Formats: sequence, structure tokens, C-alpha cells
Amino acid sequence: MEAAQAQWVKIHPLIVRITHWINAFGILIMVASGWRIYNASPLFPFRIPNELTLGGWLAGALQWHFAAMWLLVINGIVYVTYGVVSGHFRRKLLPITPRAVFHDVQEALRGRLAHEDLSVYNAAQRAAYLAIIVCAVVLVFSGLAIWKPVQLQEITAIFGGYESARVVHFLTMALLVLIVVVHVVMVILVPRTFPTMITGRARRAS
Amino acid sequence: MKKRTMETSLAGHSPKLIRSIERRLFLKQGLSLGALALLAGCDLTDDESVQKLLTGMSRWNDGAQAWLFNPNKLAPEFPESAITKPFPFNAFYSVDEVTLVDGKDYKLELEGLIRDKKPWTLPELYALPQTSQITRHICVEGWSAIGKWSGVRFSDFLARVGADTSAKYIGFKCADDYYTSIDMATALHPQTLLTFRFADQILPPKYGFPMKLRIPTKLGFKNPKHIMSMFVTNEYPGGYWEDQGYNWFSGS
Repeated sequence: MEAAQAQWVKIHPLIVRITHWINAFGILIMVASGWRIYNASPLFPFRIPNELTLGGWLAGALQWHFAAMWLLVINGIVYVTYGVVSGHFRRKLLPITPRAVFHDVQEALRGRLAHEDLSVYNAAQRAAYLAIIVCAVVLVFSGLAIWKPVQLQEITAIFGGYESARVVHFLTMALLVLIVVVHVVMVILVPRTFPTMITGRARRAS
Repeated sequence: MKKRTMETSLAGHSPKLIRSIERRLFLKQGLSLGALALLAGCDLTDDESVQKLLTGMSRWNDGAQAWLFNPNKLAPEFPESAITKPFPFNAFYSVDEVTLVDGKDYKLELEGLIRDKKPWTLPELYALPQTSQITRHICVEGWSAIGKWSGVRFSDFLARVGADTSAKYIGFKCADDYYTSIDMATALHPQTLLTFRFADQILPPKYGFPMKLRIPTKLGFKNPKHIMSMFVTNEYPGGYWEDQGYNWFSGS
């Protein structure tokens, strides 16, 4: 028995796996519908191709956006509460130093990033996952600032008013999408990390 | 003991097997993500059960926004220097198709749960105490513009005509066949104005002559122009855009 158990390590708790996939689904809906909303009145001199968007037209996109919003908020509360209370954030995402992040990003770019033990995140991963959490928080608050610039005008004021909150909301989305793209590319490059987010386990490399 | 050896030997054989399972899983999941992306591209919104869910969520959001609505919270006001010039025209038709209402014959009709249904002429309306506001108009499309509107406080007007303010809705019918409706709490908000002037001038046709209900706590499409009649009711009246899928409450 011990020999068999020693081959497997538990990497992702069930709550993290469930919230991860709900989050992936919710963010896909938010981004795709958000792009359609953006197209109704583009902030920048470009449009998102309609084929990449969700909702069919502005009203449909808004319905998707303000429905998925609740899914993500509830999911986010569960994830963050679990992460803080269980010590998951502290154990997995900390400590993190700029020097370690710089070092691991360089290693990653050279294709030499150590990935033997999947239960420990390297500094580049820690930075990316923390950045996703920070992006999500900024997206929620800049989103509230745009949605409720009268009722929640104190939040809108933090972003410098309605128009700049729109810009913050868009740019934070762009940053989040960039991080997610890098994240997906990394999973493709190290495919054995993928099933661990479903089964929660990985074989220990000895 | 025997069991243990079997498992050990299984474990010894497994790396290849595990790699192939990993690959299969990866492909499978990759495909379903791709399928999801495809669904996003096509019109998933047309599916009846999906549309039912989305409409239900929109009704839920009406409730959430009504709950969040604070009748004493004022929309930010701006200095004259912040006014957007030129102020954008926006409607479901182009600016050269704007409805022209004859002010001389005009009478505002009152219907529904209102005590005094006597129609109002423009000179009578202009004679009521007037107030001004410089607020941000926010369009459902995302853009915004700051303008100055002047008119009578809507809650004063409703009190004057004896509207039943315990009713749920006020509906509006407009000269351009537009129609919309709002909740009573918003109708009674101190910044909700029945306006006759834009930038200190009588409303030009493109901004809604003879009157526009200015509601700085709601999105632009909830601010009806060219109002011909209004009615107080407990039956949900809907609206031109609302009936096509825009959120009814649409509060700011």
C-alpha cells in the first residue's frame, strides 16, 4: 500500500478544482460577451470580430454578462474564502519575491523551468496566479463602477470617474486574457499538469 | 503481501499507461473547450432554454437593482464647463427622421391611477416651478455625455396631479412611437425631472421637443423624449427596447 501511495501526490483540493473550472467557464462567457458590449461603442480604434463574441447583439451580450457575473461572484467568494481560511493561498502562492519571479520567468523563457514537483508552484506560476486574483478583484470593482456610477459612485470615484473606469475595466480584461493565454500555453507545453486539475493527483517524479 | 506485490508491479507498468490516459484526457478536455468556444461564436442566445435562463436572470437583476436603489443618493452634478459639446443625438432612427411635434396644439395626456387627468398645455407646464441639473447621460452602449436639462421636478408634478405613488409603474407613450416605463421609486427621486429645456434653450426636436423625462439614475434609453402621455399603473408596461431584451430597471 505505501509503495502505491508514494507514487501519487495530491496536488489540487476538490474545491480548487471545482472553482477553477467554474471560473474558466464564467470568464469565457464574461470575456466573449464583454467583447460584444465593447463593440457597441468601442473605446479604441478597433472592434472585436463578432465571431469571437457572445450574445448576438448588445442586449443578448448584456444578458450574458450580467448573468455570468453572479456565477463568478459566488464562485469567487467560495474560492477566496477557502484560499484564505484553509491557508491554501499562504501555502501555495507565498512566499514570492521579485527576484525569484524574475529568475523563474527567465528560466521559463529558456525552456528550463523546473517542473518536477507539481505540488509546488514555481515563482513564475505564483506571480501569474496572484496576478489573476488581483485582475479579478480590479475587474469586479471597475465593473461595479461602470454598472452603478450613481448608487456606487464612491467606487466610480476611485477609478477617476465613469469614463476612466471603462478604460480600466477593458485594460484589466486585456491583461487577464494575456495571462490566461500564457497559462494555457504553459499547460500545452507541460501537458501532465492538465489532468491534475481534474483528478487532483499527479504521479510523483522520483 | 500478495496484494502489495501486485500493486507494486502495476505501478511499475503504469507510466506509459498514465501518459496515454493523460493524453486522452487532454484531448477530450481540449475538444470540449473548443466546442464551448464554437458555441460562443454561434448564437447560443437563440436556444429557448438558454434564453429563458437569461431572461430570468435579467428579472433577478431588476430586483437586485431595485434593492440597491437608494432614493436619497444623488447623481453627481458637474460644472457648466464639463458639458459635452455637441451633445450626441441617439434614437432608434437617424437624426433626419426626428419627429416634429407642434407645440401650439400640444397637450400632455394623463391616464391610469391619477386623480386629476386634465391634459396639460406647454404654457401651463412652463409656468410650473423649474429647476436645472448638469448630469452625466450614460448610454446602454457604453458612451456617456454631460448635458444640462431644466424642467419641473417629476415628484412635484406627480403630487400636483394626484398620482397614486403607491402604484408600481409609470409608463410613457411618445410621439415617435417609442414607449418605456419606470419604477415609482425612481419617478420620485429628487433628480428625476420632466424637462422642457436643454442647455437653457427650449428642447430642440432632436433632443425630444416638447419634453424629455430626465432620469440621471437610469441609462439613456430609460429617458423618454417627445412624451405625449403618461400613465400610472400596477401592470408591467414594458418598453420599446426592454421588450427586445434590454434590462428593464437599467439603473445607474
